[in-house]
Amino acid sequence: MANALSRAVTGVQEWFNDRAPSFGPFYRKHMTEYYAPKNFNIWYIFGVLSMVVLVNQIVTGIFLTMHFKPSAAEAFASVEYIMRDVEWGWLIRYMHSTGASAFFVVVYIHMFRGVMYGSYKKPRELVWVLGMLIYLVLMAEAFLGYVLPWGQMSFWGAKVIISLFGAIPYIGGALTEWIMGDYLPSDATLNRFFALHVIALPLVLLLLVVLHIFALHEVGSNNPDGVEIKKGPKGNRWSDKAPADGVPFHPYFTVKDTFYTGCFLMICAFILFFEPTLGGWFLEHDNFVEANRLVTPEHIKPVWYYTPFYAMLRVVPDKLLGVLVMFGAIVVLFFLPWLDRGKVKSWRYRGTGFRAAIFVLGVCFVWLGKIGAGPGTDPVETVVGRILTALYFGFFIFLFVYTHFGFEKTKPVPERVTGHD
Amino acid sequence: MANDGVDKGRRRFLTATTAVVGGAGVVVAAIPFIKSWQPSARAKTAGAPVDADISKLEEGQMVIYEWRGQPVWIIRRTKAQLDALPGQDGRLRDPKSENADQQPKFAQNEYRSLKPEVLVLVGLCTHLGCAPKLHAELKPEPFDAEWKGGFFCPCHKSRFDMAGRVYDGVPAPSNLVVPPYKFVDDGHIVIGVSEGAA
Amino acid sequence: MTETIMQQTRHAIVNVLMALALVLAPAAAMAAGGGSLQASNASLSDTGSLQNGAKLFFNYCSGCHSLKLMRYSRIAEDLGLTEEQVMDNLNFTTAKFGEQVPPSMNPDDAKRWFGATPPDLTLMARAKGTDYIYTYLKTFYVDPTRPLGWNNTTFPNASMPNALWELQGIQTATFKAHESGDPVFDKFEVHQEGRLSPAEFDAAARDIANFLQYTAEPAGLKRKMVGVWVLAFLGLFTLLAWLLKQEYWKDVH
Repeated sequence: MANALSRAVTGVQEWFNDRAPSFGPFYRKHMTEYYAPKNFNIWYIFGVLSMVVLVNQIVTGIFLTMHFKPSAAEAFASVEYIMRDVEWGWLIRYMHSTGASAFFVVVYIHMFRGVMYGSYKKPRELVWVLGMLIYLVLMAEAFLGYVLPWGQMSFWGAKVIISLFGAIPYIGGALTEWIMGDYLPSDATLNRFFALHVIALPLVLLLLVVLHIFALHEVGSNNPDGVEIKKGPKGNRWSDKAPADGVPFHPYFTVKDTFYTGCFLMICAFILFFEPTLGGWFLEHDNFVEANRLVTPEHIKPVWYYTPFYAMLRVVPDKLLGVLVMFGAIVVLFFLPWLDRGKVKSWRYRGTGFRAAIFVLGVCFVWLGKIGAGPGTDPVETVVGRILTALYFGFFIFLFVYTHFGFEKTKPVPERVTGHD
Repeated sequence: MANDGVDKGRRRFLTATTAVVGGAGVVVAAIPFIKSWQPSARAKTAGAPVDADISKLEEGQMVIYEWRGQPVWIIRRTKAQLDALPGQDGRLRDPKSENADQQPKFAQNEYRSLKPEVLVLVGLCTHLGCAPKLHAELKPEPFDAEWKGGFFCPCHKSRFDMAGRVYDGVPAPSNLVVPPYKFVDDGHIVIGVSEGAA
Repeated sequence: MTETIMQQTRHAIVNVLMALALVLAPAAAMAAGGGSLQASNASLSDTGSLQNGAKLFFNYCSGCHSLKLMRYSRIAEDLGLTEEQVMDNLNFTTAKFGEQVPPSMNPDDAKRWFGATPPDLTLMARAKGTDYIYTYLKTFYVDPTRPLGWNNTTFPNASMPNALWELQGIQTATFKAHESGDPVFDKFEVHQEGRLSPAEFDAAARDIANFLQYTAEPAGLKRKMVGVWVLAFLGLFTLLAWLLKQEYWKDVH
């Protein structure tokens, strides 16, 4: 019986191997024979978690499109129709809205991990740049999605963000009208944003994610010690040719990631079922009021994941300069691999200056986020915001000077990775 | 060398258990998504029971109401039409209305109705959903020389008697559907709920 | 050997702290804020309060305010009422059982009488908060300078008169001078007693706020219950995944 079964399985395998000989090697290259460093710590789970969230967004998104009406007249009511009249619609909608915020939580931590351990450095510059493109598309995707429920924040958020393009000299006015297909965010805007949100950008996002992973698997993963395991000794219990400090992705990291995914889903489920709006941070209070172009909400702010950049826009006292600073804050991240000239990757062995600088960077980002989410009426806060913006950009200048002119005093990097936790 | 000191049994057990529990989770998680395709509260409201006024319906006449997007016929049959019904049994496919899907239990009788003279039917042919036509008179018709009144479907020539029972030898497989309904009083019917049901 | 373990432990601690800092900073930022609203203590698990809130809403509010996203049938199902109870005691319009709650008043008339169309209240509790509604209902006072003779300290110069004055009675507000020039609200004084005692009226306001909290998110009634099951399942799954991970990682030294 068992023999017959295993013969059948082998038969099917052979059938596939004959017809698609590249499937087996492809699977081995990316799963069973992809050797990841064994010293990955908890910071290394956020890549996989963002994949989990991506799948969640796609599945729940598909189901939401089945009930959502992308028109200015019906969008708001159709979201509430999903929340009330569609069986389990509330669950699907909350999975999507909680997932959107969760996506940014894991992506921000994933990015910060890259900075901590120098994952953007040679030979992984392409991995970093592709990742930054993913982040950029994700920001656009989230913005478009936020417009769809057509609440007050959707409408006014769209208006403010689209107006940013108006700051571009000469073509700004024409460009904003072209984006909206009207003179203000309207039915046409909502309709095209829907198309971009559900088809265009998800396709781009998926393509970029695949490229990001392929690019990573070409060069291999970095690790908390910043040691290149491929350059170290060969031979482990699974293969003589594999890096000694590498562990096959499957099954070792699949089981580890499954465990952490379980933990992550518990946090998400807790928010989803017990505090789905997270006190107005994941779903904003004003967005439960239908869009009204004659009434501006008391204070317009984007969702939390944009607020650090929004704060920069607001504290700069000039429209064009503010827009440039805001986009510059994102663009500068693309150049991180070339701004950081240090040879040592991980913060564990880098100079105190670097460790202090990334701590300051993290604090700046979070604090700017808090300022951007506030009413923005406090002049002291504006000054603080300016200092934090300067510090944010200062990080990149400091990093270049610090590493290019040899100020950094690094510690000796070990030959091999230092165990695992 | 890949297997030193490995408790394979425990490993296989844990893998299988985690896979089964995880798989069960995925299956249960799929239920809300599948259920989201059920008629929503809005669709159910649109499909709510319909009140039909038959107080002015005269013998031999038909009125049509819409229930869940389907035409529902209400006909007050004449005595002649009713008397002709038993005689048709030999020519019918399901004279005793034994196919329980085609009518509520209360209509599983000779007249397929609550009150003999009042016939309530969903006006869609059980073949491919065309609307059959009422040919009420008991006279030879081009499609049936022994016609005792009933319905004739112009699409594929299916024939039904004055109780909506299908004749033998036509494409339609079963009798016309009797929807759930109840009498509020002699002149009023509610289509969509059965007697006794809430 | 001990040193590597020490090192690892140190790394682990630092990692956890950093992760916590990133996670907690926004949470701390979130905890700040709040206002001078009174806590309604409304609870969705109190069906009696929801039923009473529905009764009060339909008797005192629904004349002007619609619940255009809320079906009578859903209210019946969720609040444990029969179709007859809802249609006889709560529905004063021509709407059918499965339909949503319309305003009884023509919006144009409403605008003429009040100066503004009374807003739909289905989602008000999610837009403004349950405590806001509770406090708002309690803070009407007589103000002859207003077109309808009523004002409100929670929403100054609101167009709405005190629909619950028979229950609450009539109160006046006293203001005291303030250095900024504008007088600030000091306290309410009872001008005429209502049918309910102050405690009873607080309960009535709470029940209305509670009912509107329900209409804003009917799924809120069962959301947490589902959540408990989901978390229990995820807990079991995560435990198994942890055992599995531990088992496999025995291979890695």
